[in-house]
Amino acid sequence: MATVTHLAAHPGRLPEFFLTILSAVISLGAYSLVHLGANGEMPGNIMVVSAIFGGTALLVHLLIRWAAPYADPVIFPSAMALNGLGLAMIERIDIATGGSQVTSQAIFTPLGMVLAALVVIALRDHRVLRKFTYTSLIVSAVLLVLPLIPGLGREIYGARIWISIAGYSFQPAELAKIFLAIFFAGYLVVNRDNLALAGPKFLKIQFPQLRHFAPILLAWAICLAVLIFQKDLGTSILFFGLFVSMLYVATDRLSWIVIGGLLALGGGFVVFQLFPHVTARFNVWLNAMDPEVYDAAFGSYQVVQGNFGMAHGGLFGTGLGQGYPGIVPQANSDFIIASIGEELGMAGVFAILALYLIIVIRGLRSAAYVRDGFGKLLAAGLSFTIALQVFVVVGGVTRLIPLTGLTLPLIALGGSSLLCNWIVIGLLLRISDAARRPQVRSSEPLPPAWDIDDEYWDSGDEESAESEEKTPRDESDADRTDTQAVNLS
Amino acid sequence: MNLPIRRLATLAAIMFLALLISVTMIQFVKAPELSADSRNVRTIYEEYGRERGPIIVADETIVTSEPVDNLYSFLRTYEQGELYAHSTGYFSVAFNSMTGVERYENSVLGGSDTSLAIQRLRDLITGDEQRGGGVELTLDPEIQQAAVDALAGQKGSIVVLEPNTGRILAMVSIPSYDPNLLATHNSADAQANYDALIANPDQPLLNRATGGNLYAPGSVYKIVTATAMLESGADMDDEIEAPTEYSPPGTTHVIHNPGEAACGDGSGEATLLQSIRQSCNTPFAIAAVELGEDAMREQAERFGFGQSLSIPMPVTPSQFPDSQTQAELAQVGFGQYELKVSPMQMAMVASSIANDGSLMTPYLVDRTLSADLDEISTTSPSEFSRPMSEDTAEQLTTMMVDVVDNGTGFRAQIQGVDVAGKTGTAEISSTIAPHAWFIGFAPADNPEVAIAVLVENGGNQGFGTDGGSLAAPMAQSVLLTALND
Repeated sequence: MATVTHLAAHPGRLPEFFLTILSAVISLGAYSLVHLGANGEMPGNIMVVSAIFGGTALLVHLLIRWAAPYADPVIFPSAMALNGLGLAMIERIDIATGGSQVTSQAIFTPLGMVLAALVVIALRDHRVLRKFTYTSLIVSAVLLVLPLIPGLGREIYGARIWISIAGYSFQPAELAKIFLAIFFAGYLVVNRDNLALAGPKFLKIQFPQLRHFAPILLAWAICLAVLIFQKDLGTSILFFGLFVSMLYVATDRLSWIVIGGLLALGGGFVVFQLFPHVTARFNVWLNAMDPEVYDAAFGSYQVVQGNFGMAHGGLFGTGLGQGYPGIVPQANSDFIIASIGEELGMAGVFAILALYLIIVIRGLRSAAYVRDGFGKLLAAGLSFTIALQVFVVVGGVTRLIPLTGLTLPLIALGGSSLLCNWIVIGLLLRISDAARRPQVRSSEPLPPAWDIDDEYWDSGDEESAESEEKTPRDESDADRTDTQAVNLS
Repeated sequence: MNLPIRRLATLAAIMFLALLISVTMIQFVKAPELSADSRNVRTIYEEYGRERGPIIVADETIVTSEPVDNLYSFLRTYEQGELYAHSTGYFSVAFNSMTGVERYENSVLGGSDTSLAIQRLRDLITGDEQRGGGVELTLDPEIQQAAVDALAGQKGSIVVLEPNTGRILAMVSIPSYDPNLLATHNSADAQANYDALIANPDQPLLNRATGGNLYAPGSVYKIVTATAMLESGADMDDEIEAPTEYSPPGTTHVIHNPGEAACGDGSGEATLLQSIRQSCNTPFAIAAVELGEDAMREQAERFGFGQSLSIPMPVTPSQFPDSQTQAELAQVGFGQYELKVSPMQMAMVASSIANDGSLMTPYLVDRTLSADLDEISTTSPSEFSRPMSEDTAEQLTTMMVDVVDNGTGFRAQIQGVDVAGKTGTAEISSTIAPHAWFIGFAPADNPEVAIAVLVENGGNQGFGTDGGSLAAPMAQSVLLTALND
């Protein structure tokens, strides 16, 4: 039984309201400036866009206020600002290229925001998800296999990560990421003791027992398989990073990170040797400015042009609508950060990165304060994945690391990615609500959670961490039945 | 589990810090270097977005930037594109490249030149769009047109200089091309046009006057050898060795005069005047051997051989061949062996004789102007070198007038005006027709223009050609236009 938490019970709804308005002003301002910069006039539909975008934001704010009154007040406005800026930039690239890709993104934006609210509303207690630990595993496995099914999967830019149903294409890996996070959280919260058990010691690092290697090897194999069959470097890195970070949080054993790192390096080396497209990526990374690499097919043209754009933007950018972001291939998806860098400058890129970091840190904060282990793992995993994804994308574009085919969450073009990232935001909102809610034993009945007993033994306080590890007996019993059920099926 | 979560947060912060550093490297530290990269088309787009300055010939704007409604804001437009193509060059977005004056005066035309700093500052304060400055060329449209007409249908080049200043009055390379084909903003069209020009065996993109190909000079080079002879103390009326046949020391190879004719009266001796008039070979072969390689090379270099020259485009240096045997040096004496010259170089030779022995540096840019067409700078004529004494220049003039009055250059005669000239027929091999040459100036007593004419591979006349029949009449028509101007 935990002591009553000392967390301040500021719901934070008023700050969220003002931040929501600020984000709407930033987004709609960016949208207007794009048109002013490129065409010299205000967008014709500014009233309609303002009404839809602002109206949806206000609606979502009200829904959060109602369904999750203690949710972190900064997460939603930050996500909304990122989405709004991305939308303005996609419109900007449309103007440059004469495309009309903004339309779908403009439809998915309010849908995504509402979806986040629906997650918050439908999921009254995030611990419910724990019941779907193994279901999530199956769902994510199915999702990952979908693109490989002939007739359903589509290959775009050499990566087979899309499925196409009735004219609509969808990237299942984005959704798989969420289900995998749920599975990992559910699995690790049960098995963390086993995984944390002392094994042989080597080079002063305590290694786990051999039989507990199984899950990390499995994750490693899955990621390699994704990479090999779907040629998707980015998703593999993301999944593996997600798993290793959650494993570390669950066990607090550095050895897992070392093992994970070694496996990632090993896998990377094998793939580097075996796959020409990965070798090419490394070559582009190291020798981008070399004219031969620059002119080669699948060479460094894109990344070098992206860097030229960012250099052209300098500290404060050319101004929205006044650069040449359209030169860079995929200026509105993989390379949207280069487009932003050109027109909003270093200052703009820093602002975007700051917004991401705010979401990540607020997510991790919720993980630290939430009281149940499952919620901690899920929030930490999802938050860290956002950080990792931003790092891989921006690091790739700026040649900090080799380029991988990932898109910036919430900003880049892509409906499925946008919806899935809004689901992630919804989950973080829900967990943050649990983390910040004052723990008052009132006459009000607790929510009818399946794992209600969590509340009593799994406290978020570090002081109780030891007792935490001694008491999970009934917990593992409960999950053992789950395991058997899966084994039988 | 909170400790690892905190560490994870620290890790995330470190990852973002790395990104901030990486972004700073590109957008701040390395930005100037990246922006200067020739593959960065934004630099060119920027210059289009800024109104690029005009190129002007004789108060008429021949290259303008027309406002257009696309990414580049302005389309570079070449009036009479083919006439001036090799001087203006082209400014192409599609290939991110420029040539000619567009390239070598880019800082003025694009507006980045330091001389335009005050104007830029003014534009910044008044909020005007930045514009590039103008460049005014020395070309004379009528002489330029006459040169194009003279060469019509044949491959070759004509260069006309003003001897006492070095102004380039005409610079023609035929066949020409239309720079508008390459300046188009439609990159597919531009690429197709460029491919066609590159594939054209006549090489229209090549500036035959200054760059790329160099040509064997043939007999026009005898003027250079004659200069060396006069400078070493000879006189045009001295009798010199001029046999019908001559074998240089150390070889059995026999050098004949053109048509295996005797030189002068057949006595085996003739004056230099006679040798030039008749374009004999043997006296110049003998003189070259006697003067020696060093003296011959030095004379060529005083005319500009092997020297770098920018007009502002670089002129490919003409080549005096490296160390030779006596037999080879003998051939150099009358313009054969591995001598390679540009029409610009030969126009410079003619120009220095016309200007009493002083070679003025040729230049194409007369003035640079601000965007408001106020004068920023004017090119002042400068002496490139002094290849000969005044006396030598006078004797060469007399001999060259004689060539036109009584010798191989008679087709360059102009009624009432003394024209000085020298023809040349540069034999290359038995399977390739010779190049036809003419260099000269007029009026001989008070030269206003110096000229070099080159027709590649005999032009329309093929093997039947010689400098007198093919190049001299072209020089005549161009000089006529220039003198009537």
